[in-house]
Amino acid sequence: MDETKKSPTLDDIETRLNAARSHKDARPGGSPREGRANAKGMGVAVRIGVELVCAVGVGVGIGYVLDRWLGTTPWLMALFLLLGGAAGVMNVYRVVKGLDDTIGLGQAIRRKEELENSSRQSEK
Amino acid sequence: MSSPVEQFQIQKIITLPEIGGVDVSFTNSALFMVIAVCAATAFLFLGIRNAKLVPGRWQSMVELMYTFVADMLRDNVGKEGFRYFPFIFTLFVFVSFGNLLGMLPYSFTYTSHIAVTGTLALVVFIGVTIIGFSRHGLHFLRMFFPHGAPIATAPILIPIELISYFSRPFSLAVRLFANMTVGHIMLKVLAGFIVAMGVVFGVVPLAAVIGITILEFGIAFLQAYVFTILSCIYLNDAINMH
Repeated sequence: MDETKKSPTLDDIETRLNAARSHKDARPGGSPREGRANAKGMGVAVRIGVELVCAVGVGVGIGYVLDRWLGTTPWLMALFLLLGGAAGVMNVYRVVKGLDDTIGLGQAIRRKEELENSSRQSEK
Repeated sequence: MSSPVEQFQIQKIITLPEIGGVDVSFTNSALFMVIAVCAATAFLFLGIRNAKLVPGRWQSMVELMYTFVADMLRDNVGKEGFRYFPFIFTLFVFVSFGNLLGMLPYSFTYTSHIAVTGTLALVVFIGVTIIGFSRHGLHFLRMFFPHGAPIATAPILIPIELISYFSRPFSLAVRLFANMTVGHIMLKVLAGFIVAMGVVFGVVPLAAVIGITILEFGIAFLQAYVFTILSCIYLNDAINMH
């Protein structure tokens, strides 16, 4: 390293940092490398399983507690098992469609449509 | 040979008397939580002790960690979310240090216990629900019924949405716990194959163990990231309700 490069001024560093950052941003987002895509696929697969099982479990749990509380064994548990299954399928649908970041499915769909509309307008 | 799940056994290090029927003994899990907190504090404080305008390697790592979480919060929640930055940053540091400490030989992975991940997820869930109610009042409940759906479907839709909402902390906890547990069991089983298959053929599982160890480091970081970003997303729901 020669003498001039040894102590760069702050402005130099600033420009170089900005150049490096813009270079980083210029790369196509999330370059689909094979291994990375596989890891992402595995992640989604694990999530689908977890979401499905969790919703059924929570449904049964709610039903069980309500049954013990109201003394209606086993009817509410059976009902909430079915509702939990429905919630599980809905959760999986939301994970696959990328709608899982908002409470409520209707809300999620609306927000996604808003996002798509705004991005479409900015493209024009 | 020891069983592959023996590594998750809780052992009492200092036995303490029960307080209100709860065993509060200091366990190996608690020990590693203390180690993680001390290591994280040392890492952060020593990294910025001699803070310079042009950061050195260590200071760069600390700053990278900060900007990583700050960007995550800004992208997912927005400016409002920065009030909760200390909590989110602590969550990320605690989970990531726990996962990474677990990769050291002879260490204990506290994130491989659902009691730990479940508690963390419940804190996030209850906190987010309180924030949602305190910011929006009963309006927060309208999230559970889609706008424009026929009112007759409400008795079915609302319970389904509620179950879906309540399943969130469970899926958050189970995902972190399952990933850590499965990874460590897999390493142990494959390492057992090396011994069982002898010097010549043991090379094959050895190669697999090396590969999976590298993968596990990736997963350790990735799961901390996933846990934190999902907390951010839940926080976003509670803060920016439409």
